[in-house]
Amino acid sequence: MMNAPDPYVLLDKAAQATPEPLARRVRGLSDRAIAWLFIAPTIVLLLAINIFPLLWTIWLSFTNFRANRPNATVVGVGIDNYVSVLTDPDVWAAMQATAHFLFWTILLQTMLGFTLAYLIDRRFRGHGFWTTVILIPMMLSPAVVGNFWAFLYQPQIGLFNYAVSFLTGIPASSFEMIGSVKLAPWSIIIVDTWMWTPYVMLICLAGLRSIPGYLYEAAEVDRASPWRQFWSITLPMALPFIMLAVLFRGIENFKMFDMVNLLTSGGPGSTTEVASITLKREAFEKWRTGYSSAFAIVLFVTVFGLANIYVKALNRVKNR
Amino acid sequence: MTGISHAHSVVQPSPLSQRVAGAIVILYAVITMVPLAWIFLTGFKSGPDSIAYPPKVLFTPSAEGYCNLFTTRSRQAPEYIAQLPPASGVCDAFARTNNMVVAGPSNYPPRFVNSLIIAFGSTALSIVLGVTAAYAFSRFKVPAKEDLLFFILSTRMMPPIAVAIPIYLMYRDVGLSDTRLGMILLYTAVNVSLAVWLLKGFIDEIPREYEEAALVDGYTRLQAFFKVVLPQATTGIVATAIFCLIFAWNEYAFAVLLTSGEAQTAPPFIPIIIGEGGQDWPAVAAGSTLFLLPILVFTVLLRKHLLRGITFGALRK
Repeated sequence: MMNAPDPYVLLDKAAQATPEPLARRVRGLSDRAIAWLFIAPTIVLLLAINIFPLLWTIWLSFTNFRANRPNATVVGVGIDNYVSVLTDPDVWAAMQATAHFLFWTILLQTMLGFTLAYLIDRRFRGHGFWTTVILIPMMLSPAVVGNFWAFLYQPQIGLFNYAVSFLTGIPASSFEMIGSVKLAPWSIIIVDTWMWTPYVMLICLAGLRSIPGYLYEAAEVDRASPWRQFWSITLPMALPFIMLAVLFRGIENFKMFDMVNLLTSGGPGSTTEVASITLKREAFEKWRTGYSSAFAIVLFVTVFGLANIYVKALNRVKNR
Repeated sequence: MTGISHAHSVVQPSPLSQRVAGAIVILYAVITMVPLAWIFLTGFKSGPDSIAYPPKVLFTPSAEGYCNLFTTRSRQAPEYIAQLPPASGVCDAFARTNNMVVAGPSNYPPRFVNSLIIAFGSTALSIVLGVTAAYAFSRFKVPAKEDLLFFILSTRMMPPIAVAIPIYLMYRDVGLSDTRLGMILLYTAVNVSLAVWLLKGFIDEIPREYEEAALVDGYTRLQAFFKVVLPQATTGIVATAIFCLIFAWNEYAFAVLLTSGEAQTAPPFIPIIIGEGGQDWPAVAAGSTLFLLPILVFTVLLRKHLLRGITFGALRK
């Protein structure tokens, strides 16, 4: 064994024998130094502007601190804030509003988005141009969008009411989208769907385009009906993509603030008060900093936990 | 025939199904554009025309919206206006027909400039940080690489309002509240996760052989990075930069909570353009139009990279 060195040992020896100055000339700064030099600034920035505030939030959540009274003595209150968050009926109402918003926006956007992607994948003439047109709403500022939809939803005179009355005959002055308790939750769902269906559409389209043609060719040979092909090839193959789109939309809409704040700002009453709006009211209007910090942590843990469970499910579907 | 590289190469959709699909998609696209077209039109309407019922599609264009967007006006007695010298411009003449005089420029231009400075500043910083970190993650052995990358991504899951509380306190203590620098740093912190993930994907696609050849030719690692990798990654860098720019341009939650004057950007400002008796819709529409227009251009430029951008590089075409 000792007498028959394998080629790798030889190579290693050759590498070690390379004169040090030559090696340094080739490398300059060592790769390891460059790696740290390149990564450190990003990590430092994230630690300073993300992690440090997060830790601070955790600390605040165990105190009675109020940001509008910086000089008052701060007292630790243990888990009191968490107890009051979790037993607060307003918080549960906000969670319900968020769940309603999430459920309907994701359902509508997935159905519309997938249908559109399926139709665009028929590759009719000019589909590239129309795809770009459809994508425009999702690129716009949610705040500006929320604000101008408030204009379209104007009671009596708004374009939305006019369009509804034109199409259905219901008098335009007989309903208010933003002002009524019943319709307000739908007003934010409609705007979110208008804005984000293209997002789901784009991801579904990528999914449909990733399906290899030979699967359909094989199905044709087997004389599978188009219906059958859709259910046993198209949908299962596109499913991981649909689930990915749902994940991204879910996380984003759980955090939803800007569009809703400008469209209804949680009203009327608190019918459209999704979690982030409640959080803003507690933190920046009532200045209950300790309490709202606890609420923020609860929200973060919820998103993080749900996203993790979901990603596990997504991976199971992918590896099937 | 190239065989299986074309999806659906044999099973082409029939012309009829193509036509039906096309008709439905175009109908959807047109409906989806109506709100945007309406905002564009409202910017050119007079006050009464903007709130007429039934909504007016045909109207005499008016510069009132844009005038109100860029000026502030004060109401004066007709006698006072009558003794003034002739109006100096279109907007002044306009104001006078409503018994007002132009009192000065509005806050829209400075807010717009703030948006520009903060968006470009944070984008430049995000790209510098992002491209270096992405290169290191792509090419070197970094301890706990996956964990670090996931950590960078997870900073995006935090609701902005949740981090806004301590950032508000922190900025108040160090004097960064309502400053452009503060907003630039904040938006960079949000965007850098996207930049790292997207750019890592782009750099992964550049064959290592290019750099290795350069190293053999006597370049140092840094030289190879600047002279070989960066030029190769230009498309990716531009696409990533536009994504960062769009985020910073559109951001509202931090802007409305952390800025009020000096550093306020356009999104929190546009909704509070108030005329006499409520929102001045033509002016709001004009402000929105000018604000959304750059995004329209960017969307067209970005269309090939959109998928990658919105999924943090998880999906590529």
